[in-house]
Amino acid sequence: MKRGIRGPAKYPLILSAVVLVLFGLGAWLMQGQHIPVLMPSGSIASQERDLIVFTVALAAIIVIPVFVLLGAFAWKYREQNNATYQPESANNTVLEVIWWGIPIAIIVLLSIITWRTSHSLDPYRAIKSDNKTLEVEVVALQWKWLFIYPDQSVATINDLTIPVDTPVHFHLSADSPMSAFWVPDLGGQIYTMNGMSSQLHLIANKVGTYTGYNTNINGDGYADMTFKVHAVDDAQFKKWHETHAKSDIGLTKIRLESLMQPERMKEPMYMSLPDGDPYDSIIEKYMQGSGHATMNSMQGTSDMNMTMTDHGGTH
Amino acid sequence: MDWLLGRFSLDYLPTEPATIGAAIGMPLGVLAVVALLTYFHKWTWLWKNWLTSLDAKKIGVMYIVVALIMLIRGVADAFMLRAQTATSGPGGDGLFDVSTFQQVFTAHGTIMIFFVAMGLMFGLINVVLPLMLGTRDVAFPWMNSVSFWLFVAGMILNNLALVIGGFSNGGWLGYPPLTELQYNPGPGVDYWIWSLQIAGVGSLLSGINFLVTILKKRAAGMSLGKMPIFAWSVLVTTVLIIVAFPILTATLGMLALDRTMGMHFFTSDLGGNAMMYVNLIWAWGHPEVYILVLPAFGIYSEVVATFSRKKLFGYGTMVAALIAIMFFSFVVWLHHFFTMGSGANVNAFFGIMTMIIAIPTGVKIFNWLFTMYRGRIRFTSPFVWFLAFVVTFTLGGVTGVMMAVPAVDFQVHNTLFLVAHFHNTIIGGVVFGFMAGITYWFPKIFGFTLNERLGRYAAYLWQLGFIVAFMPLYALGLMGAVRRIDHYDNPEWVPFFIVSAVGVLIIAAAIGVQLLQFAYSIYKRNENRDLTGDPWDGRTLEWSVPSPAPEYNFAIAPTVTRRDEWWYAKNELKGRPHKSEYSDIQLPKNSGAGFIIGVLSFCFGFGIIWHMWWLAGIALLAIVVMIARRTMNDDSEYTIMAAELFELDGKRFHTEKKVSV
Repeated sequence: MKRGIRGPAKYPLILSAVVLVLFGLGAWLMQGQHIPVLMPSGSIASQERDLIVFTVALAAIIVIPVFVLLGAFAWKYREQNNATYQPESANNTVLEVIWWGIPIAIIVLLSIITWRTSHSLDPYRAIKSDNKTLEVEVVALQWKWLFIYPDQSVATINDLTIPVDTPVHFHLSADSPMSAFWVPDLGGQIYTMNGMSSQLHLIANKVGTYTGYNTNINGDGYADMTFKVHAVDDAQFKKWHETHAKSDIGLTKIRLESLMQPERMKEPMYMSLPDGDPYDSIIEKYMQGSGHATMNSMQGTSDMNMTMTDHGGTH
Repeated sequence: MDWLLGRFSLDYLPTEPATIGAAIGMPLGVLAVVALLTYFHKWTWLWKNWLTSLDAKKIGVMYIVVALIMLIRGVADAFMLRAQTATSGPGGDGLFDVSTFQQVFTAHGTIMIFFVAMGLMFGLINVVLPLMLGTRDVAFPWMNSVSFWLFVAGMILNNLALVIGGFSNGGWLGYPPLTELQYNPGPGVDYWIWSLQIAGVGSLLSGINFLVTILKKRAAGMSLGKMPIFAWSVLVTTVLIIVAFPILTATLGMLALDRTMGMHFFTSDLGGNAMMYVNLIWAWGHPEVYILVLPAFGIYSEVVATFSRKKLFGYGTMVAALIAIMFFSFVVWLHHFFTMGSGANVNAFFGIMTMIIAIPTGVKIFNWLFTMYRGRIRFTSPFVWFLAFVVTFTLGGVTGVMMAVPAVDFQVHNTLFLVAHFHNTIIGGVVFGFMAGITYWFPKIFGFTLNERLGRYAAYLWQLGFIVAFMPLYALGLMGAVRRIDHYDNPEWVPFFIVSAVGVLIIAAAIGVQLLQFAYSIYKRNENRDLTGDPWDGRTLEWSVPSPAPEYNFAIAPTVTRRDEWWYAKNELKGRPHKSEYSDIQLPKNSGAGFIIGVLSFCFGFGIIWHMWWLAGIALLAIVVMIARRTMNDDSEYTIMAAELFELDGKRFHTEKKVSV
């Protein structure tokens, strides 16, 4: 009998080659593409990217031996090869200790990293910076984003303009089925929910225009819930909010009602705040008749930072 | 007429071309089957040999047939989804409107998990578990039939939504408040709820059934420590089912109360709490993932040992790993929503628990690898599925561990990266495993092996199709593409979506090859007869009986003295047993009650969905009556006399000869 690859054993090799070629083509296809998660523009997203690279590298410690052993054993112990055959060998304490031990060591290391980064990159954690934090309130509507700048007396639809190198503190709620706010260039996402206020801290470290998304299905216009993020320098930001604070279009009660109607709105819109900040009232819309039980139980779970108290939980 | 038709009206008939096509096509398909059965006079055969059978093997085959039909529907859905995103980039209109698209992705997920993966799992367990345990049947054969027909009733309700009323657009887990009346007043969400409720009760009953079977019906001498690993994996899975499925039932029940009785468990207003739903559904949903994958792990354990002609490496650690996974699977559910805004401590806890599961899973993979070490490996098609599994599932494990880190998850959650990840584990782990199982045990049920060459081609094509379909989704996720979008305006994404659609076509081709494999193997069955009962040189008890396995499984109840009993016993055969060694056996008579309960459950679900309260009420009452009647029926078994058994069993001693693969 001729030794070598014959019969069924050759196909895994052919398939592996085809797959490698495909991965090469994929890498070529991705050249010059903008991959926001891997090429971020803010320090939060950068730290999250580093964590992605780190976890992949750590996983490679297990994955590479698995692939090598799989290929080597399948090749060497194929029936035609007549290699050593020990049908009764089924235990080896040393080996078993090794493959319990190495994954445990890796997971212990990763757990420490996880614990630390869960805190350092907690969306609720303020970003340290010399620049004064900008407060922005975000409301997911069917199917558009409402951004309110209480300190600048400006509100927009689908346009988030922020000063560069300045921490932004978002308060997020919704008048919509559960939605989620995500700007991959700047960092991690968070859900927005009716009657609740969640929080997120992000920062842009490069001037530029980025895209933001809704990542949680909330009805027919879901795919249209994208928005532009403009990271601009301080002077431009000042000019921007001062101009729009004088806008003839005011975010009045009536206009808010019409914005809350389920309707797609792709174009941005800029509004002044003649009647003040409506954020609390949007949350309280869902509080009516709920009684105190829910409110109290929410506050009771102190670790669930879904605080309703941070914004007018006045019940 | 409202009391009669509830909220049904002609407005609920389909209006979109795609759904009209399905609405006409599906009934035509059913009619064609009915016509063929009538033409060939097969109704009696179908009723007596299959529909009313309480033989676990036959119930198992019916599960697998239904699941494979649903697999075709699910893959067709998948192709619709990717065909849409391949054509709906900037300037493109796509093929479907958004409402159809959202119904299709909801149906795709629901069908693939509940009616494909669960169906294949229960099918394979039914087919092989009693044989493997050396017993004649499951603990509760009649309840087994009820489980199956509840599964079918749920499946039909789910598919009927296409024809009448439309399906849910809320995603496969139907998060409120999107699925509440406020945003979704139509019958679609109710279809989703009640098809899962009915099938879910069936799953729970099956879980109880198999657990009791394992605990009470093992062959003499088969202590838990001598059970094949597949049986261990089923034992662990059934515990998960029994603990987890009631959570699903309660959660969907509360959503149903919100929708039909105006309650406020999960609504936005009046104190409802949607976050509670998300927690509860994943408290079921995460164990569900392991409910599906653990039996597949069991199959790989059998396959790798058999085709390496070697004892499974590290039996003890395999069992320990299964049990560890069972416990940890209940303390990781929150990793599905790190982005909900729980505190850092909560997120970190669930992230670390999730990573810990990677340890026993990794250990299992090393044990499988070292089962190959110094073995004699045959590259049969079940083994090729195993190879494809190790490659694919390991990659899925890497992205899983990545996403277990909350701060990483923030950047990839609900993107196509996530979609690629869970297909990576479910296709690589679950689908490949069940395909391996079907090929491996096929001869035991039908008496001939499937064509090996076509089987391997199918496995290679599946593997290739998986890579082409899902690797672009990983890239797209990192590029910012979120899941469930019906259109987008980033031109850079278009080529990736097109490649992904090609990948789905390759998977469809792989399924085509599998169907061809069945057809060709049936056509050539006389050349592939398994005359020995042991075509793969197997290790466990199912290979000790003739193929196809007789309805009584074992003419003489086997006795077990060690693991892999048959591997050793086959060399110690003492010739034909003496007549005195046979004794009378009792087997369950056929019963049509399971089928009727299935029909009634369908009516019950349909009645609630359409607010035809009289129908739901009558059906529920009739179900209770059917169950009560059954419990009072003492004449449910028939006897095969020892003498007859001796004759029946004799055949195998005339035909036996060694056939190697």
